[in-house]
Parts: sequence; structure tokens; C-alpha cells
Amino acid sequence: MKTLTHLERLEAESIHIIREVVAEAERPVMLYSVGKDSAVMLHLARKAFYPSPPPFPLLHVDTTWKFKAMYELRDKMAEMSGMDLLVYHNPEAQEKGINPFEHGSLHTDMWKTEGLKQALDKYGFDAAFGGARRDEEKSRAKERIFSFRTQSHGWDPKNQRPELWNIYNAKKAKGESIRVFPISNWTELDVWQYIHLNDIPIVPLYFSDKRPTFEWEGGLFMADDMDRIEKILGYRPETKERSIRFRTLGCFPLTGAVESEAKTLPEVIQETLLTTTSERQGRVIDKDAGGAGMEVKKQQGYF
Amino acid sequence: MADTDIKTENDGEPKYVVDSLIAEDIDEYLKQHEHKTMLRFITCGSVDDGKSTLIGRLLYDSKMIFEDQLDALSADSKKVGTQGQEIDFALLVDGLAAEREQGITIDVAYRFFNTEKRKFIVADCPGHEQYTRNMVTGASSADLAVILIDARKGVLVQTRRHSYICHLLGVKNIVLAVNKMDLVDYKQEVFDKIVADYTEFANSIGIESFAAMPISGFKGDNITTPSDNTPWYKGPTLVDHLETVEVLSSADAEKPFRMPVQWVNRPNLDFRGFSGLVATGEVKPGDQIRVLPSGKTSTVSKIVTFDGELEQAVAGQSVTVCFEDEIDCSRGSVISVADNPPQTADQFEATIVWMADDAMVAGRAYWLKLGTQMVSATVQEPKYEVNVNTMEHLAAKTLELNSIGVAEISTDKQVVFEPYGENRALGGFILIDKMTNATVAAGMLNFSLRRSQNVHWQALDIGRKQHAALKNQAPAVLWFTGLSGSGKSTIANLVEKKLHRMNRHTFLLDGDNVRHGLNKDLGFTESDRIENIRRVGEVSKLMTDAGLIVITAFISPFQADREMVRSMLPEGEFFEVFIDTPLKVAESRDVKGLYKKARAGELKNFTGIDSPYEAPRSPEIRIDTTKLSPEEAATLIVDTLLGDA
Repeated sequence: MKTLTHLERLEAESIHIIREVVAEAERPVMLYSVGKDSAVMLHLARKAFYPSPPPFPLLHVDTTWKFKAMYELRDKMAEMSGMDLLVYHNPEAQEKGINPFEHGSLHTDMWKTEGLKQALDKYGFDAAFGGARRDEEKSRAKERIFSFRTQSHGWDPKNQRPELWNIYNAKKAKGESIRVFPISNWTELDVWQYIHLNDIPIVPLYFSDKRPTFEWEGGLFMADDMDRIEKILGYRPETKERSIRFRTLGCFPLTGAVESEAKTLPEVIQETLLTTTSERQGRVIDKDAGGAGMEVKKQQGYF
Repeated sequence: MADTDIKTENDGEPKYVVDSLIAEDIDEYLKQHEHKTMLRFITCGSVDDGKSTLIGRLLYDSKMIFEDQLDALSADSKKVGTQGQEIDFALLVDGLAAEREQGITIDVAYRFFNTEKRKFIVADCPGHEQYTRNMVTGASSADLAVILIDARKGVLVQTRRHSYICHLLGVKNIVLAVNKMDLVDYKQEVFDKIVADYTEFANSIGIESFAAMPISGFKGDNITTPSDNTPWYKGPTLVDHLETVEVLSSADAEKPFRMPVQWVNRPNLDFRGFSGLVATGEVKPGDQIRVLPSGKTSTVSKIVTFDGELEQAVAGQSVTVCFEDEIDCSRGSVISVADNPPQTADQFEATIVWMADDAMVAGRAYWLKLGTQMVSATVQEPKYEVNVNTMEHLAAKTLELNSIGVAEISTDKQVVFEPYGENRALGGFILIDKMTNATVAAGMLNFSLRRSQNVHWQALDIGRKQHAALKNQAPAVLWFTGLSGSGKSTIANLVEKKLHRMNRHTFLLDGDNVRHGLNKDLGFTESDRIENIRRVGEVSKLMTDAGLIVITAFISPFQADREMVRSMLPEGEFFEVFIDTPLKVAESRDVKGLYKKARAGELKNFTGIDSPYEAPRSPEIRIDTTKLSPEEAATLIVDTLLGDA
């Protein structure tokens, strides 16, 4: 008798979750951020419905501050999967020119938190898949796979529905919505290994290469669109070529690069396992509001 | 543990030597990781038994804690930790801000770690008295339970409760971890005494076997390496045991094939597949299968996945199965091996764990979700409630938050099931409140009731269509609802008179009149009121079968009960008529003097006074009696009925 490996079980469980949502929700959507977790989630969705294409669109809540390579992969993957791609920009953030250099955490609030709420309301989505994992951060360890949001998109950690066996309760009142996290039980290592085994396309920025970089406020950043950066900073930072890669991909000034020689997936995994700092450390967001940063963000409606 | 090797020489801070394979041969390491199996377990214990510390230790020992987290942890330990200047592992796993302040874990948290052989998912279950529901949640998907005991305290009431719940939820592997051995000087007598006490208790509730081990989560004894402090203990370390114990899913693979259908995959006219997660057993192309509840059989033509067609699918895999024949199969159906199918029934005995603040209401309709089946179900008054501390059976009228009881359940449709003890996937269910959509209970089907197997529906030649055709009308139920004194009976009477004049065949069921006969055994408690409405609903349904237009006038204060009646009838035949009269107005009329009595406390459970009225959310007809006269109201109702009918 064949015993399933942990990755086979994780894959089967995630596919089960995605199918349950499609069977019970009226208008599901998959949030697609072009990162490695999104890549795995999209791949699982394609597996769940094969030979049909996944019966929901992809939604990218864009900040206009992603790397060029991310926009390229996004468009390629949407085409490859046969899914509609919706891109949403918060018009208010666009109008006010909100950017990560001058506006700090307001950048995330406006483009991502507000942008996501607006996009979900605009299209009337009642269920949104997200690629969050429980091993990422403490408050996520307790979040359910089906996470309910009030009409105003708030999250109440005290009032979550119990989840038993693999039975999910997707019932909700009009106007309420669910965030669903199909890869909740995956770890960072699982995600990398699955990408490796399934040959899933990811943004090349995850792999080391010689890239132009600049330093700003103690961090190392890639020089992706220097004209735009110069306009905001008022000067053109000095750039230098270095071997760098990214451990996580967000908005480029908010996501620091690391110096690395990892050019292949096994090398990336090796580096990940040997490093001594956690994945999210490269992100500024968790450090807000003391240790409870993510919990506060989530109660406000951040994914 | 292979990923890391803990060094604690010189009594210094622990330092890590990462598995050398990662640095030397990453491909080999990945190959090893690729072939790991997965074990889910829960840890249960009382508030101070050291659960979080143990989990923190397991994460720490398997390098799931990074340096930055460790720095934060050191700082936190000194600020809010309970271990003085030493590292408080518990802080690693106590997540939410509120919990950190209170110092207790109040919800289930999931943690992950790897060893050379397995990936582990740990459900960290709270030990606090009030949180049975969280433990049940964690135990529902666990292969194994680690029951922690404080060596200084021995077997406590909580230990019994946790063991009972794990056993109830079908967790076959139990580890008795006698923790804090360092605080009893690693004495064998202490350990032996606890094991003897626990054995006696475990036998009494039917736990057949368990593995006991002396540990210290804080000091690390017998967690990953055998401890020098317990030379008298010859058994495996905790991690050794976790790595080698049989996982539940392998046992599932030995059982007969069952797959609940989640979704019908139909991209074009040439392809029709049925997608689901194989619950038990295995399936191959060429296998004879049976689809439940229809009982139709066919042959598997192929098993389709994104990665190619499979020669075989086993329990735990998500697949899409195609048949040779076009037979009826949809979401909620169960595909089974043809010669050994599961049963179907609509009445059961079940063990129920109540998980909501609002107590169970016997007779009320809830949604019951079992696998991919969703049906309407009512729960009878419990046969008994179980005292989870003493296992005694207690008489009970209802089930409150965190209580566990045994009750009969009836469903409005046939459910494909197997007893929970035989099959978790076809025996475990949740109950959902139809109003709030909250998950209010978890349940386990024990067996179906014989009466449901032996009472069959008799097919008759003259049906509702023929009855209605003869009367030349479309049957319907005009369900009046509103406060006492709102004008229901008055308006209903006018409506019937109007319809009668138009040669319609009608019948008026009045609340007070029905209570003189059919329902004279019922009182006014919540359960009795539900039964009252259920019977009126059934009678109304028979009358519509006979072709009549039925008019009912009952306060019927609860939305769920009105919905129950709606669901008994064919779509479009139920008209909810809300006689909307403000309480103030109804009370000032007080035709029968009932409000006065209720206000004086002489009449209990009176709607609007000490029992709630749930106004209809979207009635077919709403009558504002402050704006319309009874005559105008009756005309509006008749016009709506006939216009729609």
C-alpha cells in the first residue's frame, strides 16, 4: 500500500479546500501577488480543476511599485492558466502619489489594505483565496483556513468558527466575505520544494544574479526604476553592481535584497535553511506596533 | 533529531549545528525531505503543564526558530517570561496579544517542524477549563495525542477530560508525557505511580493502549535524546516515538473505497469527471463502483489529474474520476466500491459537542454538513449529557457551550454515512445555525435508527398535481406571523372569506384552535413552540398535497422555524405574511388581556415581553397595520397570492 508523502498530502488537502470554495461560494477570486506562495497556490488551483481552467479570475491588487520582472511573470501566468486577470489600483493612492519612500506604512495601508477592500467590493467577490501560511508569523498560526470578514472587512480573532476534520462552513450573510488560505499548513521549505518538484515558474529575482543596487537607510535595494526613485528622493543614489537575490518579493523599496550566490532552486533552499533570520524579517510591516504588528493590520482588513 | 544537534556543554546558551547534509549535499537532503511522511498531533494539558514550553522546545530543537526570533524571545523572556532569566519557550507559541497578557493560550494554534523522517503539524490545544471546543477541533484531525501531566500533580480532572475527548474523537495513538520530571528529581516511583493511575482510568473509558514517557520540556529530557537523568526508562524518546508511530491515513487506505464528490468537472461535452478527495480505500480504472444515495453502478474508466492519468488513487489523494456510463452523480454523492457500499438513512443517534454560546434548541432545524453533503437536520432532546470529568451520564434538556451529549437527529434527506468509529470522513459532521451561520456543534454519527430503515415512502397514484387540478387552483400556504394582538387572525379571516367568494378551496389553521386539539400536549417553552410550528407545517403540507390554499395564523416568532416550514414545501408555495404591528400598538389593543398578564409575570415566555420576536428578513408580503385597514390588507394579500400564483 502506497503511503503518501507529506507534500502529496498537503497538495491533496489544498486542492480539497480550493474545490470546496468553488462549490459553495458565489463569486470566488484568487489573490495573486506574483510571489512564490502565490505561484504554488495558482499551481494547486490548476491541478484542482484540470482539465477545466480554474473557474475564477486572478486579482492583483497592485501598488505600481512592483519589480518589472514581477509584472512580466504575472501576465505570462494568467495566460498560461487560461484565467482572467484583474488588476486593481486604488485611485486615491494613485492620485495622491502614495509611495513607499515618503509615506512609510501609509503606502501599505492605502495601496494594499484599502485597495484590496475596494477591489473586493467593486467586483462583489464573496470568497478570496490568499497565499498566507501559518508558519509565517505568530498571529497567523491561529487563523482558520476559512477566515470570515465582516461587511467592513474586519477580522475578529476572538470569534472564529471552529474547523473540524476537513469540513468547512462557508455559509455567510449577504455582504460578508471569506478569506481562504489553502496553503495554511505549508512551511517555507514545503513551498520551495514543491516549486522545485513541479517546476513552477517563479520570478527570476528569487535567484542570484549580478544586479545594479543602491543602499538606502541601511538596507540594500535593487535599482529597478531609478528615474522614478530620483524624482521622489530628490537625488540619484549611487548604484553598484552586486550579486543579489530576494527572499521575499513585495514593493521594491520595502523589500530588501540579500547578497547571495544562490543561482538554482536547490541552492536557494540550501541558503534558506542555513540562514539564521526569519523570512519576514526583510519586511518592514511586522515591526510596526510592537510584536502585535500583523494582528493589528489584520483586524483592519490587511490580508 | 537529525536536522540539528543540540549542544549544551559548558552550561552555555544552546548552540546549533545544522544538519551537515544541508551544507554538503543539498540535493540529497531534498530527496530525503521529499520522501517524508506527515503526522498530525495535538498536545493537551492543563494550564501549567508546560505544553507551550514543550512545543517551543520541539520547534527550537528542529531549528524552526530563527536568530531574530530568538533575540526577540530572549528580550520577551526577561520582560514577561515566567522562567526568570532563562528562555521561556512558551512565549514562542502564545500568539495573540490578548493571550500573551493573560498568559494562557485560548485558541488552537498550529505549528510545524521536521525531523529526518517526518513533517509534523502540531495543534496546540488550550488546557483551560472552558475550551473543550478547541480541543475537539484539534483532535478531529489528529493522528496522535500527547497528554501532558505535571509530574508533581499526577492525573488530574483535566487529564481525564482530555483523554476522554481524544478517545471520543477517535485518536488511536495516545502518548502520556509525564512532564517536569526535573522538579521531582527524576524519581521512578513518581513516574510509575502516575502511569498506574492513568492505566486504571484509561482502561475504564476504553483506551486500549498508550505510550508513557518521563520528560522535561524545559530541560529537554527524553525529547530528542535519551536522558541520562532517567537511566531506569528504556522506552523511546518522544521524537523517536512520533517518528515511527503509524499514521492514521495509512489505516484509512486499508478500508473499502469511498470518495465524497465535491464538484462535477465538465469543461466540454466530451468530458464529465467527478472531483473529490479519496476518503478511504483505493480505486483503479476498471473497478466497479456504486454512487450513493442513488445506488446506480458503473465502471471507472479513468482517473484524471493535472500530472497525467493514474493507475491507482488511494486515501488522501485529490483526484477526478470518470465513469464508463452516464449515471447521475453530483456534489454530495458518495462514490463507493460497488459490492460494499456505505448505508443511507435519515435518522441517527449521534454524539454531539456543543460549541456555541447559545444552547442547543431541541426540535430546531440546523444545517448539517457531513463530507460534501448539506442537509437540514433537527436534534431531539438529548438522551443524556456526559460529565466530561467523571464520564457520568446526566439527564439533560439541552446542550450548553462545551457540553457533550448523545441525542437523536433526523434529516430532511437521506444521508450517506458510516459510523464515526469506522470512518471519520463519513461519520463526522458539523451543525450550522441557519440564522447566524455559525458552526454551533460537532457531531459523530453512532448508528442509524431502525425505524428510518424500515419506514419507506409509499408511492400513490393520485398525487398533489391531480388534487390541485381538480380544484383548478395552485396550492399555497399563506403563513401569517406577528406579535400577539397584531391582527393576524382578523386579517386571515378576511382573506379566507375573500378567497372563498372567489371559489377557492381554502382552510384556515388558527393558533389557538390548533392548541385545543392536535397540539394540546404542548406548552410554551422554546422546544414546544418549535414542535407546535413543525406539526402545523406538516399539516399544512398535507393540505397543500390535497390541493388546498392554507392560511395559518400563528405568532411563530422564530425565523428558523418559519424557514423550516418553508423548506417542507415546494419552491414558490410558501408565502410569509408579516403582520407588522409595533409592540406598543399590539400591547395597547390587548384584546385577550394577555399582555397585562405577561407584564404582571403571570404568563411566562410571552413573545415581545420575555421571549423574543424575530421579524422576517424578507417576507413575501409585509402588512403595516398602522397604515392599512384590515380590509385593505386582505385585498393586498389576495392580489399578491393570485398575481403570483
